[in-house]
Amino acid sequence: MKPGTYFMDGNTACAEAAIAVGCTFFASYPITPATEILERMALRFPEIHGSYLQMEDELASIAAIMGASWAGRKAMTSTSGPGFSLMMENYGFALMTETPCVIVNVMRGGPSTGLPTMVAQGDVMQTRWGTHGDVGVVVYCPASPQEMFDLTVEAFNTAEKYRLPVVLLSDAMVAHMTEKVVIPSKEELTVVDRKKPTTSPDDYLPYCPDEDLVPPMACAGEGFGIHVTGLTHDERGYPSVDEETQTYLVTRLINKIRKNSHDILRYEEYRTEDADVIVVAYGSVSRSAREAVDMAREEGMKVGMLRPVTIWPFPEDRIGELAINGLKAFLVAEINFGQMVYEVQRCTEGHCPTYLSPRMGGSIHTPEELVERLYGIYHHEGEEGAP
Amino acid sequence: MSIRKSRNYFSPEYMSQQKGKDMGYGLHPLDDYLRKDRIPHIWCPGCGLGVVLSSFLRALENTGIPMEKTAVVSGIGCTGRVAGYLNIDSFHLTHGRAIPFATGLKIGNPHMMTTVFSGDGDLFAIGGNHFIHAARRNVDFNVICVNNFNFGMTGGQSGPTTPTEATTTTTPFGGFEHPFNLPGVAAGSGAVYVARWTTYHVEALINSLEEALNKKGFCFIEVLAPCPTGYGRRTGQKTGKDTMKYYRDNSRIEHGADPTKVSLDGGEIVVGKFVDRDAPTYQERRGEIFQAIRDKMGVK
Ligand SMILES: Cc1ncc(C[n+]2csc(CCOP(=O)(O)OP(=O)(O)O)c2C)c(N)n1
Ligand code: SF4
Ligand SMILES: [Mg+2]
Repeated sequence: MKPGTYFMDGNTACAEAAIAVGCTFFASYPITPATEILERMALRFPEIHGSYLQMEDELASIAAIMGASWAGRKAMTSTSGPGFSLMMENYGFALMTETPCVIVNVMRGGPSTGLPTMVAQGDVMQTRWGTHGDVGVVVYCPASPQEMFDLTVEAFNTAEKYRLPVVLLSDAMVAHMTEKVVIPSKEELTVVDRKKPTTSPDDYLPYCPDEDLVPPMACAGEGFGIHVTGLTHDERGYPSVDEETQTYLVTRLINKIRKNSHDILRYEEYRTEDADVIVVAYGSVSRSAREAVDMAREEGMKVGMLRPVTIWPFPEDRIGELAINGLKAFLVAEINFGQMVYEVQRCTEGHCPTYLSPRMGGSIHTPEELVERLYGIYHHEGEEGAP
Repeated sequence: MSIRKSRNYFSPEYMSQQKGKDMGYGLHPLDDYLRKDRIPHIWCPGCGLGVVLSSFLRALENTGIPMEKTAVVSGIGCTGRVAGYLNIDSFHLTHGRAIPFATGLKIGNPHMMTTVFSGDGDLFAIGGNHFIHAARRNVDFNVICVNNFNFGMTGGQSGPTTPTEATTTTTPFGGFEHPFNLPGVAAGSGAVYVARWTTYHVEALINSLEEALNKKGFCFIEVLAPCPTGYGRRTGQKTGKDTMKYYRDNSRIEHGADPTKVSLDGGEIVVGKFVDRDAPTYQERRGEIFQAIRDKMGVK
């Protein structure tokens, strides 16, 4: 699409961002509330010489984008909770084999088929721990159609730079709302491509990392004769099923995220400079939280908001810092029965209390109810039985 | 024998010692196709997998397709280990997902001659849905299914091709489910090339593989292969040789046989080329339609 200002829904913005950043392979299976991404791709791919496939299920969708990634393409799939659950095994395969790709999960109410058309945020921990084994992951949480665009671009760039599947964890509200979206020009857009080997095929070790812990990636058909396996593998990519190789490989895969988290981590702070109470919110709920902060400020409460933009890696150092520096409390507002709240609690190390404003799905918190909750915490924290 | 058992051939120390050394197995004409530093393989004595693999490599050599333009994708299982021994771009996927991965690989890079090499359980139990859909789409790649009538890797359980009455570790009193007739499934789903051979029919198998490699569209070859360890020893064929004799005595070649009528129910084994037809591939159909749209839009 031409650069400019559009009135666009979140899912369309996501599809357009993928195209803008060079995605030429897309495979997906229809599911509410993510289907519009697939439909947009079907419409747009002929003109960009892209390959789009409606697969037989989500197991196939994620396998197909991994295949395309190893064919040298930038590839993406989109789904919602039920499909995301099906993708968990190959999410692990992509992490283990360091396959760059982007998985969009537009969250709806669960568990199971749940509330197909309505908002929820129940997949936070699934993106972190949903696949078996120990992994390091990167997950972005957009809060507006504009961020559906910007963070899709960033998700691709991170996937390419660090060689891993990156999740864009959206929700039904953000994906379906229509708002102003600015599409940048080619010059304004940052596009990162995977590192290619600089050695000859004979000397190339496909899983030997550079200093940033990321190995350069040769793809199929480039003459390197690569072998890719989900088994524990050595630097040649050969299966080596022993403790030593396992320790070396898994440690590197986790450190790849940890040691680069200064580069990957993103969060936004809103009016936190002098805040006594901070709301932690992400995705659609952060929109209510922002409003609630303004309303509470008008009533004389010093409150602010911290919004994780990457929920993994999590802004743990920043939360710890705020907790130590005399904060009264954190209030975590999320559309689930408490997932991110445990992370916040962990990071405060007991220096200040963490409260939860849960919601089971179907709608987002209203600013008013958050203000009410903030009022209780702000004025009564520390009193018996409060708040 | 005793050395084989005591030495860990897969330890990094052993492998680094062997790097660049003549492994003492002599040169085989197909050595270039193999990752020699990964030999010896894990397969049992008497296993049919070596025969299928060498037949595939011979066919590959005959086609003259350059190695760097060839990819093999496998799933999980003893057959799934094929990918790891090949000195070409090779992918060892999760259980059942070789076909959708190959779909992405082939469509992502249409210049790759892509072959899926996997077992009956991988392709038709956990991966069955992907198989019928890839055949329906007529994506341009080949599927070789090594049918040893059981889950070899996990120790001889029954699977979707196990003959009804066979005794396996999960059907200790004999089974009660009907097996798939794989050529029937393939042909019914849209495969343009369907053949069945056994490891006894090596020359015919090589010819068939070569035809499939050279053919456009979704090609399927079923190869019956002995698995003495997982299957044979519980069904009266204690060695690979017993199974080979069984294939010799019970097979009948019938090219063009109706693929829906070649079920294996423990009796006669009908082998041959059952389907060889031409149909536009997924890539061709899509290419045409997309081009027409681009022409209409006036974009290149
Ligand atoms: C999701 C999943 N389920 C189960 C397994 C265990 N498993 C490994 S191999 C295999 C069966 C393989 O059978 P087949 O494809 O016939 O291969 P063979 O070993 O007979 O060549 C199973 C069930 C697995 N690896 N992954
Ligand atoms: S278990 Fe069967 S299929 Fe597996 S290597 Fe042994 S003989 Fe071959
Ligand atoms: Mg088998």
